[in-house]
Amino acid sequence: MSVTADTNAPVLTAAADTPSRRSPLAFIDKFRNPAIALIFPVAVLVIWHFTTYGRKFSLIPPPSEVAIELYDLAFGGIYDDAFSGTLLTHLLASLSRVYGGFAIALAIALPLGLMIGRIPFVRQLLDPTLQVMRPIPVTAWLPLAMIIFGLGPRSAVFLVALGAFYPILINTIFGVRSVDPRLFEAASMLGCQGTAQFFKVVLPASLPAIFTGLRLGLGFAWVVIVVGEMTGVQTGLGAIIMEARQLSRTEIVISGMIVIGIAGFISDWLVKMLGQRLLRWSPGYA
Amino acid sequence: MRDPNMLPILDLKGVSKQFELQSQRIEALRDANLQVRKGEFICLIGASGCGKSTLLRIVAGFEPTSAGQALMWGMPVQGPAPDRGMVFQDYGLFPWLTVRGNIGFGPSSRGRPAAEVRDTVERFIDLVGLQRFADAYPHQLSGGMKQRVAIARVLANDAEIVLMDEPFGALDAMTRERLQDELLDIWQRTGLTVLFVTHSIEEAIFLADRVVVMSPGPGRIESEMKIELPRPRDVMSADFNAIRRELSEKLHSHHGRKAA
Ligand SMILES: Nc1ncnc2c1ncn2[C@@H]1O[C@H](COP(=O)(O)OP(=O)(O)OP(=O)(O)O)[C@@H](O)[C@H]1O
Ligand SMILES: [Mg+2]
Repeated sequence: MSVTADTNAPVLTAAADTPSRRSPLAFIDKFRNPAIALIFPVAVLVIWHFTTYGRKFSLIPPPSEVAIELYDLAFGGIYDDAFSGTLLTHLLASLSRVYGGFAIALAIALPLGLMIGRIPFVRQLLDPTLQVMRPIPVTAWLPLAMIIFGLGPRSAVFLVALGAFYPILINTIFGVRSVDPRLFEAASMLGCQGTAQFFKVVLPASLPAIFTGLRLGLGFAWVVIVVGEMTGVQTGLGAIIMEARQLSRTEIVISGMIVIGIAGFISDWLVKMLGQRLLRWSPGYA
Repeated sequence: MRDPNMLPILDLKGVSKQFELQSQRIEALRDANLQVRKGEFICLIGASGCGKSTLLRIVAGFEPTSAGQALMWGMPVQGPAPDRGMVFQDYGLFPWLTVRGNIGFGPSSRGRPAAEVRDTVERFIDLVGLQRFADAYPHQLSGGMKQRVAIARVLANDAEIVLMDEPFGALDAMTRERLQDELLDIWQRTGLTVLFVTHSIEEAIFLADRVVVMSPGPGRIESEMKIELPRPRDVMSADFNAIRRELSEKLHSHHGRKAA
């Protein structure tokens, strides 16, 4: 009797078998994609430089000026004005609002999404209202947020939370509703029934969709933060961008934009890495 | 109570099932009667749509009957339970659990102590020969391996009856034959009861103690046939072929009658 593993199954080993070529070509290969990715930004920088450098009345400062400003913003010691060496303060303020708002959104949207997806009564109760509220842009909430929460960081956190809320909610609902019914049958015949299925089937099965929601939500949080910090707060990347605009310090405006871009990129990358760790099992995610 | 000599492990008494489909009534199963003794290997065979899956799903407790009863050890079936384990054609494995996790899902759901679950898992991984793949996820396995996991999963959970709905239908011929051998081996060693749906006459004769022939429109049990060939059975032998011809005629006569 042959109780042995399939040998005609090309699995697992496939990845391990990939030979690590030790030729110089492999070395070039490794840096080819990043090199391609750099072509476009370098080209933009070059064009930017030649269209702005040395022109007295250019409204846009050349890249070198932005770079110097960025350094001064981060470490000080060049211009020694009100902005010098303040970058970390503003960055931390924005980060705390982005992640604070995001955490609030997650804490509400995730359980709500799970319930709307699974409990018909909750769905009937809340879904129509949420569908009507969803198309209202976050910016349209700005005046109301300022009336309710006043001028200050609480409005910003509220707007960020609102921006992150819907992507997390919608994707969670979608994930929960698209769990293969077969898995509920499998769980119940194996002795996992009722509320236990919530944690042992619904949650893990919808994790890929939930993660997609988290990434989108965090992306929106970064988009909204600038709007949120225009509501009269003193610190934050959005706040210095607004302030610098009023002072016509365009190089600070651009520096702030660059920092937001990099911070948003890193935070998305972290979520992506976390997702790939948690979702190793999912062929679509890994 | 549970005298294996007296009481059938499974007793279908006049089981009927209708589905409403867009204000149409579909009679998936009409007055099905079937008794299965402990340790029997039963194959269900019949044309597409004759209610084989429906019958299995009723026994599993996934569908209520419209009339009649399914009795397990004399007690009416009231929904899914670990004593009746289903092996789906599309596996139904939990993609986020490894082979170990899938096999241990039942025992740990039922609150078995962790050490016991570990032992059980290792025992059944050995039984189906998946030691090397114990920590692989389902998407990293071949179809045959997935089906081994699905079988181990219900066995590890103390299933008394294993319900198999065309479990090897999606596999290539070689893998299929090997799994048939392995299934018979496990069945002989464990004293399981198996209810096995197949489209293949050959598979039915190769595996079964008894082949139950069903026919569609409305789905019903038409006849049954005891297979008394000694195991291991030789699909090329004259005896085997004689049975194959007889069963094939039975199947086609029902089919012809339906078409007329
Ligand atoms: N959930 C359902 N809703 C409506 N009709 C159904 C449902 N499940 C099965 N049926 C109908 O019941 C009949 C029997 O279906 P069943 O799946 O049991 O057939 P089967 O013998 O397993 O066929 P196959 O060999 O193709 O798998 C079919 O006509 C089918 O359309
Ligand atoms: Mg079927």
